[in-house]
Amino acid sequence: MATRSIKTTAKAWAIDTAISMIDLTTLEGQDTAGKVAALCAKARRPDPADPTCPQVAAVCVYADLVPVAVQALRGSGVRVASVATAFPSGRAALDVKLADTRDAVEAGADEVDMVIDRGAFLAGRYQQVFEEITAVRAAVAGDGAGDGAGGGSGAHLKVILETGELATYDNVRRASWLAMLAGADFIKTSTGKISPAATLPVTLVMLEAVRDFRAATGRQVGLKPAGGIRTSKDAIRHLVLVNETVGEDWLSPDWFRIGASSLLNDLLMQRTKMSTGRYSGPDYFTLD
Amino acid sequence: MAFEYAPAPESRAIVDLKSSYGLFIDGDFVDSLDGRSFKSISPASEEVLAEVTEAGPADVDRAVSAARRAHTRVWSRMAGAERAKYLYRIARLLAERSRELAVLESLDNGKPIKESRDVDVPLVAAYFFYYAGWADKLEYAGAGPDPKSLGVAGQVIPWNFPLLMLAWKIAPALAAGNTVVLKPAETTSLTALAFAEICTQADLPAGVVNIVTGAGETGRAIVEHADVDKVAFTGSTDVGKAIARSVAGTAKRLTLELGGKAANIVFDDAPVDQAVEGIVNGIFFNQGHVCCAGSRLLVQENVAAEVLDRLKRRMATLRIGDPLDKNTDVGAINSAEQLAKIRELSDVGEAEGAQRWSAPCELPERGYWFPPTIFTGVSQAHRIAREEIFGPVLSVLTFRTPAEAVEKANNTPFGLSAGVWTDKGSRILWVANQLRAGVVWANTFNKFDPTSPFGGYKESGYGREGGRHGLEAYLR
Repeated sequence: MATRSIKTTAKAWAIDTAISMIDLTTLEGQDTAGKVAALCAKARRPDPADPTCPQVAAVCVYADLVPVAVQALRGSGVRVASVATAFPSGRAALDVKLADTRDAVEAGADEVDMVIDRGAFLAGRYQQVFEEITAVRAAVAGDGAGDGAGGGSGAHLKVILETGELATYDNVRRASWLAMLAGADFIKTSTGKISPAATLPVTLVMLEAVRDFRAATGRQVGLKPAGGIRTSKDAIRHLVLVNETVGEDWLSPDWFRIGASSLLNDLLMQRTKMSTGRYSGPDYFTLD
Repeated sequence: MAFEYAPAPESRAIVDLKSSYGLFIDGDFVDSLDGRSFKSISPASEEVLAEVTEAGPADVDRAVSAARRAHTRVWSRMAGAERAKYLYRIARLLAERSRELAVLESLDNGKPIKESRDVDVPLVAAYFFYYAGWADKLEYAGAGPDPKSLGVAGQVIPWNFPLLMLAWKIAPALAAGNTVVLKPAETTSLTALAFAEICTQADLPAGVVNIVTGAGETGRAIVEHADVDKVAFTGSTDVGKAIARSVAGTAKRLTLELGGKAANIVFDDAPVDQAVEGIVNGIFFNQGHVCCAGSRLLVQENVAAEVLDRLKRRMATLRIGDPLDKNTDVGAINSAEQLAKIRELSDVGEAEGAQRWSAPCELPERGYWFPPTIFTGVSQAHRIAREEIFGPVLSVLTFRTPAEAVEKANNTPFGLSAGVWTDKGSRILWVANQLRAGVVWANTFNKFDPTSPFGGYKESGYGREGGRHGLEAYLR
């Protein structure tokens, strides 16, 4: 009963809100410093022709490119997120995953997007998954762990469940609770490397989980659907779902993010159409 | 920051409303013989939409004669495959004009456009498509090797699903070779008259479908007409009983689809959020103007508090208002009369000691509105647990054991539908087998399909509509 038709002022608000929630992402083997720097420029100023256009929330890259992003985004308010823990498969020893995490944090990442060990989860070794998240949580917080880093980094931890590999909604809900109990600041659907990635039903299940978790514990956890959200319509559908399921408490970049790359230009095209009344071609929006 | 949804109204421009409508008899729109008429209004705004003709006994007689002629000379003699072509044509025209019909239905009935657009009108076309397929296969319908049509069917339908109930009645009747005289409810005549236009568009032979508008007296004239072979009625149990009395002792065949007081049973292992969606769909769909509405929630005591908590939170997100706004979930109550009945029974509920809670929502000033409401602390003895309210009002009762749930669910004079919510397949089967209800939905509610028979036990009526079973009522 809760489909919504988003028009005029509601649509304009939703488009700007969606832009401000984007974790603009490049996670490819072929990424270079130049590519990341270009993406950061886009993140700071998504629409060079319109200064009223909001910035995105963060730029998400592999750990070795974090210094480039930190440099390019300094002073902008746009955060730097790094994937870690043997992203995207998560198939590595815990030591390696922790080292990967510390590397990202020390390079200046504000947020770390870790993956859970889906093999262990599907085999029923929930305790192992839980402990791994707890260990990464500690590494993100800068527990030192003997490497002399010390001091809290204050970085946020996003836990990627890779819902496309968990297969059932029961698993998605269980993994969501596991991650939240283990200390996740955000739970995130997907790596973007597996299809299906973020779907509306999966986002709904995870929204119910963060809502119920707050009701049970008092702690609010954020949510990040990532992968597969490519059009403004998809993004707005997700925002409506947030609004209807958990309400406005989650309707900000502090609590809801969208992991995407091509989505941004579609939002910009819609935004320009709303303000000018005309659609312009893709050449009027920068490719980065 | 709050996400405010701007209004997204569907345009009325697609509907070509006439200032007045005649009766559709023998292929033409005609005036009534005594010139009487009444107004059809939009329940959301109380605006007069059109003047509709009131058929008297003489008009009904003309319609029945036309139907008889069409049956004898044309329709019953036509090959099934040829009848099917007309039905397919009607189905395609319904689909082509679906947007217009959805807007008209929402204007006249008050139901949200989302519902008329996504549920009512698509189902209407689906029923015609489905029964078109049966027209040349009647010998396989289970009514014997050489089934024959009955003749003239007199059909009287309610205001809650005006066009859909028309489809449930007309599609199987025509497929089986009968001709019809149909009376829509007096508050919702307009889509039936639009359907009459579609019959003309489809070149349906004159007299096969006759639409006579009017109130109870017109309905009585149809039911009591000596040349009607079959009476089909959907509506209240009181009127159904009166019809059964008047038809008794005649050769007329009768099917009745009457009221309900369905139990929606939620066990403690049910997925709560899904169950809550099902409860909301069960009682607030179509403003609760649904004979099979899940108007009694039976929830297991150990999860009652949690289910109610979530139900209230969900109800707070329901949007009540302009039926033509695509964001509206709950529309207007169909008539002032029905609103008065809902108010009266709700007041009785409070007086008998149940606790009332209504969703916090602003109701429009004009028109007929009632907020989605639940009553807790209801016991089986309360009138709101026994009588059909036919509005957005849910009575919540609790149970402790599966046996108690079944006992309470069956402890009603009605038996149209029921719902079961549990993660356990064996429990679904165990409960469904013991419920005395024509339809039992498991982990869903208010699902309709042309292939599935629908009908009641006890005071919810007799006979089945839909599916192969729905043809039996129109064959001998």
